[in-house]
Amino acid sequence: MKQLLSFIRKEFHHIFRDKATVMILLLMPIIQIILFGFALSQEVKNTKVVVLSTTSDEATRRIINRIDASEYFDVVGTVHNSDEIDAAFRDGKAKLAMIFEDHFSENLKHTGKSHIQLIADATDPNAANSFMFYASNIITNYQQDISQPQSGGGMIVPEVKMLYNPQMKSAFNFVPGVLGMIMILICAMMTSIAIVREKEMGTMEILLVSPMKPMYTILSKISPYFVLSVINFATIMLLSVFVLKVPIAGSFISLFIVSLLYIFVALALGLLISTVTNSQLAAMMISGMGLMIPVMLLSGMIFPIENMPAFLRFISNFVPARWYIDAVKTIMIKGLGLGAVLKDVGVLVLMGTVLVTISLKKFKVRLE
Amino acid sequence: MGVRGLNMDTVIKVENLTKRFGNFTAVDNISFEVKRGEIFGFLGANGAGKTTAMRMLCGLSIPTEGKGTVAGYDIFKQPELIKKSIGYMSQKFSMYEDLKVWENLELFGGIYGMNDKVIKQKTDELMIKLNFEDERDKLVKSLPLGFKQKLAFSVSIFHQPQVVFLDEPTGGVDPITRRRFWEMIYDATAQGITVFVTTHYMDEAEYCDRVSIMVDGRIEALDSPDNLKKQFNAKNMDEVFQQLARKAKRVDN
Repeated sequence: MKQLLSFIRKEFHHIFRDKATVMILLLMPIIQIILFGFALSQEVKNTKVVVLSTTSDEATRRIINRIDASEYFDVVGTVHNSDEIDAAFRDGKAKLAMIFEDHFSENLKHTGKSHIQLIADATDPNAANSFMFYASNIITNYQQDISQPQSGGGMIVPEVKMLYNPQMKSAFNFVPGVLGMIMILICAMMTSIAIVREKEMGTMEILLVSPMKPMYTILSKISPYFVLSVINFATIMLLSVFVLKVPIAGSFISLFIVSLLYIFVALALGLLISTVTNSQLAAMMISGMGLMIPVMLLSGMIFPIENMPAFLRFISNFVPARWYIDAVKTIMIKGLGLGAVLKDVGVLVLMGTVLVTISLKKFKVRLE
Repeated sequence: MGVRGLNMDTVIKVENLTKRFGNFTAVDNISFEVKRGEIFGFLGANGAGKTTAMRMLCGLSIPTEGKGTVAGYDIFKQPELIKKSIGYMSQKFSMYEDLKVWENLELFGGIYGMNDKVIKQKTDELMIKLNFEDERDKLVKSLPLGFKQKLAFSVSIFHQPQVVFLDEPTGGVDPITRRRFWEMIYDATAQGITVFVTTHYMDEAEYCDRVSIMVDGRIEALDSPDNLKKQFNAKNMDEVFQQLARKAKRVDN
């Protein structure tokens, strides 16, 4: 026990004497949350709109006002011909152009039918899709407001309800993602680097010839990163609840249990990496390429898994973050209990057990 | 100091020890004994098999064939007990650079199961002996190499092991610093610690009680430096070494 305690103390010294690293480790979640929350927002806000309308009538004005009033759009000006629309797109002055047909209001009144053409800059297809959807909604709403309920006319009005995330905040999606990424980064990457550093410095040899039990070495190596991960988990939770206003709909305890499980898997991954490599650089490359990229791209954090080709969808099954992120979304956003994430939990337990078994075996082999 | 061996006076005993990696025989059928309190020099060119042999004695590597005991314990069956009875200092100068001097001592004392009181007392003694009192609270990385080596050696014998294994302990320092380092080694043998040392500095070979010279995985010569010089009709250990090393077939890696 004394062995273990002296060793754990040493590990904390290593980390906390390296001020730069500590700062990075503790600030990283904050920076990422801020980046994803504000800078890399996928929400469509204040899309610039230009309007082309030959007749300034009531209906046109109403629609333009509604568009402008919505937080999604910002009407920046009117243009007079298609050349000017072209120029506005080219100069990046507008992302959306609305073209009202001649005599818009009159046509609407007399024939019950009028056209608005919406032209979008689809350089970013996701964004274009979103604001097109918002714009059509606004126009449809206006139409519903002015149309009188006609007997027998038969009008179907779809009522759309966005469950769990009524305001369509992207934070609901990326908070679990950032959690999944930070944990992997800190647990797997930092643990593997810390262990490999001992090999590189030659101190591992000293440990191996000492009566220090390998299990103790491993335990003490991972303990500071475990603590850091729990701190980071708390930071991300506080930021998401109080800054991003993403509430924890489900039980915090369940969320914490699932997170501990994920930290365990990530630590096991780090351990495994440390057994297959002998240099810090290699450990960093493997965890960078081998972990970060799949976590970012294949976990559903940025790109929906459903949209992936079958092969990538298959690969994504082996990315622990995928299961963790799914579980976090279920508990935190949907507010369901542990019972709803049994599959995720099961997969993570399985992954952790397999990883720990392999790496303990490998770690021992190196002793002999 | 607990002496647990069958033979009180033999600390290391090795018979027909062999280590193969696939087709490559790194250590080829070596046998020798090391007596308590002896300074045993283990010489050989790079790639001759010194480090592999030493690793087997420390319980880091399992021999392919042969038998051996270290501090009275079997190298096959009792590596964990061997580990408690030996000290080790490797050629890569190995202490924790971002720990303070006293923290390194405390850590290794803790790893070897010493209690806090003894650790503290021995640390105090050591700091006075090495004239290190001003460095006590410094990070190891701020110390000059000679200091670090002295400290690493002190750490390796901090728990009063029966044998200490030194793997090229004085690499990269000048002869004067080496000489001082050897004074510490003599001091350790005076406390009854047996010293097993690999080196490629021939002036150091002269300081050993007995020297073995490995060539291509085999021990080609083993005797006191004086006897070896007579046997090979050489002025100094360097000539002895050169005569033997010339026979080597393995290419230096």
